[in-house]
Formats: sequence, C-alpha cells, structure tokens
Amino acid sequence: MNLEFSEEQKMLQKMVRDFANSKVAPFVERMEKGEFPRPLLKEMGSLGLMGIPIPARFGGAAMDFTSYIIALHELSKISATLSVILSVHTSVGTFPILHFGTEKQKETYIPKLARGEYLGAFCLTEPEAGSDASALKTQAVKEGSSYILTGNKIFITNGGEADVYIVFAKTAPTLGKKGITAFIVEKGTPGLTFGKDEKKMGLHGSRTVEVLFDHVRVPEENRLGEEGEGYKIALSGLDGGRIGIAAQALGIAERALEKATEYAKMRKQFGRPIIENQGIAFKLADMATMVEASKLLVYRAADLKSKGLNCGMESSMAKLFASQTARKVAIEAVQIFGGYGYSKEYEVERLFRDAKITEIYEGTSEIQRIVIGKHLID
Amino acid sequence: MNFKLSEEHEMIRKMVREFAEKEVAPTASERDEEERFDREIFDKMAELGLAGIPWPEEYGGIGSDYLAYAIAVEELSRVCASTGVTLSAHTSLASWPIYKFGTEAQKKKYLVPLAQGKKIGAYGLTEPNSGSDAGGMRTTARKDGNSYVLNGSKIFITNGGVADIYIVFALTDPEKKHKGTSAFIIEKDFPGFKVGKKEKKLGIRSSPTTEIIFEDCRVPAENLLGEEGQGFKIAMMTLDGGRNGIAAQAVGIAQGAFDLALNYAKERVQFGKPIIANQGISFKLADMATKIEASRLLTYQAAWLESQGLPYGKASAMAKLFAGDTAMEVTTEAVQIFGGYGYTKEYPVERYMRDAKITQIYEGTQEIQRLVISRML
Repeated sequence: MNLEFSEEQKMLQKMVRDFANSKVAPFVERMEKGEFPRPLLKEMGSLGLMGIPIPARFGGAAMDFTSYIIALHELSKISATLSVILSVHTSVGTFPILHFGTEKQKETYIPKLARGEYLGAFCLTEPEAGSDASALKTQAVKEGSSYILTGNKIFITNGGEADVYIVFAKTAPTLGKKGITAFIVEKGTPGLTFGKDEKKMGLHGSRTVEVLFDHVRVPEENRLGEEGEGYKIALSGLDGGRIGIAAQALGIAERALEKATEYAKMRKQFGRPIIENQGIAFKLADMATMVEASKLLVYRAADLKSKGLNCGMESSMAKLFASQTARKVAIEAVQIFGGYGYSKEYEVERLFRDAKITEIYEGTSEIQRIVIGKHLID
Repeated sequence: MNFKLSEEHEMIRKMVREFAEKEVAPTASERDEEERFDREIFDKMAELGLAGIPWPEEYGGIGSDYLAYAIAVEELSRVCASTGVTLSAHTSLASWPIYKFGTEAQKKKYLVPLAQGKKIGAYGLTEPNSGSDAGGMRTTARKDGNSYVLNGSKIFITNGGVADIYIVFALTDPEKKHKGTSAFIIEKDFPGFKVGKKEKKLGIRSSPTTEIIFEDCRVPAENLLGEEGQGFKIAMMTLDGGRNGIAAQAVGIAQGAFDLALNYAKERVQFGKPIIANQGISFKLADMATKIEASRLLTYQAAWLESQGLPYGKASAMAKLFAGDTAMEVTTEAVQIFGGYGYTKEYPVERYMRDAKITQIYEGTQEIQRLVISRML
C-alpha cells in the first residue's frame, strides 16, 4: 500500500493548484454572472489540461487516470463550474471515442479534444429518460450510408459550446437497451440546434442546454462502436465520470471546510474565537472526518481505474459518499459563517449551491445505491 | 387535552392559504430572482387583518392569538418564505415589544398603525461584531436634554429600507454593557437615521435585508421603550417569540417543498413505474412527513403556551431548532427527488432549499438555540 502521490502527480497537483488560485479565482465572479469560461479553457488547453489521461500519440499529456482526478479535485476547490466542464469533456466527451472509436475516428477527434481545440459533450438524458436512461426516444434511422437522428436531449453540460457531441439514439426501438447506438455528431451539422439554456441553482457559467436533433444526417463513419453497443458505451463512460464528479464534490467539500475553519478561528464572540466552543469544534471535526473518508474513497477508485481494474462499486461508493459530504459540509460551512454565510459577499453560499448537483447528475445517489446494492448481491 | 384546531384557527388557515396561493405564489419565483419586495402584497395582507393578528382590536389588531399568527406565517411561507419572514419580523420583532413594554401613548402611536399594516416594522439588534453575542453591541444612545442621540450601525435588518418603524437597541450606559442597553422606537424619518447597504443573499431574496446607520440620530425621549437598562431583556424576550415565528416559517417551507416533491414522485415515471413506488423514495418521503409533523406540533405548542400566558422560552427554542433543521433536510431531499429538474429554476424547489438555510441561522443560530435549551434543562 502506498498513499502518496508520485513526483509527477505532485507536480501536476501544484501546477493546477497555482493555475486555479491565480487564473481561475479572479474569473469566478464572471462565471457567477453566467459567462462561459472560454478564456480559461483556452489556457487550460495550452497547459495540457484538456487531455491529461490521453495518450501522447494523440497529443495528450499521457498521464494516468489518478492524475486527471487530481486535476479535477484541485480545480473544484476554486470552481466547480470549471471542473464539470473539464470532467464532461474528458470522461464522457473524449474517452468513449478513445475506447470505442475506429482508428480514423480517434485520429480525427482525439488530438483536437486533447489540445482543447475542440470541446466535448455527452448527450444521453431526455425528458422521459433520466435515471431510466435506456428509455430514451431519440431515433437513428439508417438511410443509405447515413443515419438520420431525430429527438431531443436535455441537461447537456457544454451544450451549445461543444464541438463534438457523443449522442445516444435508438437504431432499434423495440430492443430496449440493446437497440441503442452511439454517434459522434459535430456542431454545425444541419438539423443540430440548441434550445433552452437552463437557469440553475448553482454551477453558474456552465452551459446546461437542450440539444435538438431535427433529421440530423450523420455519416456511417461517425457511428461509434457497433449498432446496439450504445448502452454499453454510455455506461463505460459513467464509471470514470462518477469518479470525476466525486473528485469535484471532494474539492467543494475541502474548500468549504477550509473556509469554515479559517472563519471559526478568526471570528470572536463572547470574548473568544467561536472554534473554542465544542458546538463548533465538534462540527468541524465531523466535517473533516467525512472529507478524509471521501478523499480516500475517491483516490481508491481512481487508483483501480488507473490500473485497469474493475471499479464499478468503488466508483459508485466514491460518488455517493463524496457528494453527500460536499452537501453536508457546505451547509455546515454556511452555518459556521452565521449571517455572513448567507450573504453573496462570502464564498460559502456558492459552495452550498454548487454542492447539491453532485448528488444528482451522472447518476443520482439513489442510482448509486442501486449499483452498490447489485454488487453486494453478486 | 385537545389537538384539534378550533374553527377560528381553521378559518384563518383557509383564508391565508387561499390568499397565499392567489396573491403571493404566482410572483414568488420572479420576486426571488429580482430580489424585489412587493409592498402591495403586504398591503393586501393588511386588508385581511394579517398585520396585527395577536393584538386586541383596541390596538388595531384582530384580537386572535399567537397560534393563529403562527398558522398565518406557516401558510404564507408555504408558497413564499420571504413573505413569511416579512410578516414574522413585523409582528414578533417590531410589534410585540411595543405591545409588551410600550406606554399607552406609544401603543396608540405605533402599535395601531403596525397592527393595521399601515406601517411596516423592523428590529435592529445585530452589529458586525455582535451576532450571537448580542450583548457585545457598540451602538450608543447618549441622553441629551429631552432626546437621545444614537450613533452606530446595525446589520442584517429584515424589512430594512421598507419599514417605517424600527425597534433599535443601543447602549445608554456603555460601562454596564447588558445592563446598560436600552430599546428605542425609531421612525425612519428621524434626522440622522439612514438605510445603508442592501444584502445580496442566498435566499429569502424578496425580503430586503439592509444595514441601518445612526449618525447623531436624535430620538425624542418619549421613544425610549421600557426603562433605561431594560433593553437587553426586551431584546431577548422579543426573540423568544420571534423564534417561534421562524419555526412557523420553517414548517411552511418544509411543507411546501414536501407537497411539491410528493406530487412529483407520484407523477414521474421511470423504469415503468412512478418513482414513489421505490422504497428509496417512499421511505424518504415518510421520514420527511414525520419530521414536518413533529416540527409543526412543537411550533404550535410554543404558540399555544404563549397564548396561555405560560412560559414558552424553551418550547420556542426547541421548535425553532427542530423545524429549522427539518426545513433544511426536507428541502434538500425535495430537490433530490426532483432529480435534474430540481436543480433548475423552472421548478420552485431549489428556491425552497435556499430559503430553508436561513431558518437555521437568524433569530438565534441553532447553536444558540441549543445553549438556550440546555440552560433550561
């Protein structure tokens, strides 16, 4: 057992932390006002952060999966908005092509995605298909050497901004899960448009958009994997995606804990710092313990994935626990700040708003429990 | 013993619920986004007699009781927590101290228009350095002839900027600290009084929260409320009742969020069945419903005790503690039950989650409630 990061991983951690503190932090206010952080993504591209776990032959940084998780973790402390953009881009926007694409597809898309020249997105969710993803209705009808896609997807992170969309549609509607096929659809393809831009509780600046397919013609060579393989491809992305979201939640929780602890040491009432009250010290102790546990769960799952080992249960546990921790810790952090915690002049109320979504997307906590439960049965 | 509400109480609930659904609910989300207080809503509440529920008719009220008032705050908060706290601060924090400690002249001059809703009330205790430690305040009130001159500032004042009357606490004898604090009735037009910064907040955004500033603010001596040196006691006793108003607000918030979540869980079909058919969801709802019931009972108990003239300090602290925590838990779970939709502003539950948080903080943080309760065990 070894719980230390390698030298290379430590260097990446430091680089991302410095980037987050010096470049991302000043941009947070703009994101809160709804601005999509293009300039930051551009800089991340030049720093190699848009393709951390992607092989060198495709222009990636060729680091391991744990390194990628370290980067998401560090970014999330400063901006959960920025980290979700990156997480979706890499975990579910790039990896599916890397793992299931033809050589030609990989060569066409991976280098641009890895450099951050292209941004990726993942289109699975529909109004009637949330947790029940395989109930999706978007259709893909074969016509000559193309597929015609018709339907709509909702809640798509990076929607409207992304250049490449991994889209899941039914080539065989009567076959349920086995009738789903994955496609790579480029922005600008006729018939591909963007609808509603959701206004959300948090994660401001991250575009969450409806993606509409009005008889979108997708050439055969843009089918990803085989017909009927789509559901498998979707789920394969989710494992890594879950660990990414777990890392995001961990970053939020750590930041909230840090801010709350700082404040509790500094804020004096009744003649002493409020941390000297057991009511506050014990709270912080519980928060810190949950954060430690989350950290270990996240990195255990990342390590397994890095080594190509099965990590279905571990990634679900990490996502479930870390997201709950983020929400609990952020709520308590606002509490510790008292009235000031409720004011937008202090950061903790944003952490409160950002934390909640981590319990919902990329598989709700309920779905995570179903996954874990199934592993327990087996 | 009787747990059934009287006909009068049921009528008030029905009346306020209808009013809330018709006049308050439709604009709740947009007022939240725009951080906009709507004076018209308050005026309409006043027309229904809601601005002076517990006060006798001779003082402009409707001669009902604290339980009816708690029910009104609950029903308003069920659709809009901001409207709930507007009424709560106006009634418990501004009107009550005048009712309890005011001279007849003060009651006629101030309580009547407050009860009639012609004027809005507020309460200024908190300062940057004195939150939980209210006794650490620094605002001073120097006696000068037949006036007091106030200097200092208060922050986080609910109804700040829209109120006409502010109950303010200041040190008439700084050396005596708690025992040197006095309460004053401030009119917004007194020279030297001004409204400062308006807070941008996480929730209850259509309830204005501002700073109020006193720069050699001259207050007539007859606006001293109670005796010199009695201020801290007045402040604390006022909060005892105020916290039950917040408990009622929390119950309303929780109930509103719960109703939305229950409805959604019955309608939303995934995996071929409504999501409520999963124990993961139905058990969650069962726990939520149970906690709301308990919160409501604690709140009504405190209100009943107050109405009976019995001690209610411990009961109101318990109600506020439990109901506030319940509101936070229930609203968080309600967002969860709505899934992705719960996170969007198209559905109101995310507002309820943001609104719920403040009930654990103001009018005495949960930590203070625990202090109060533990001291009374």
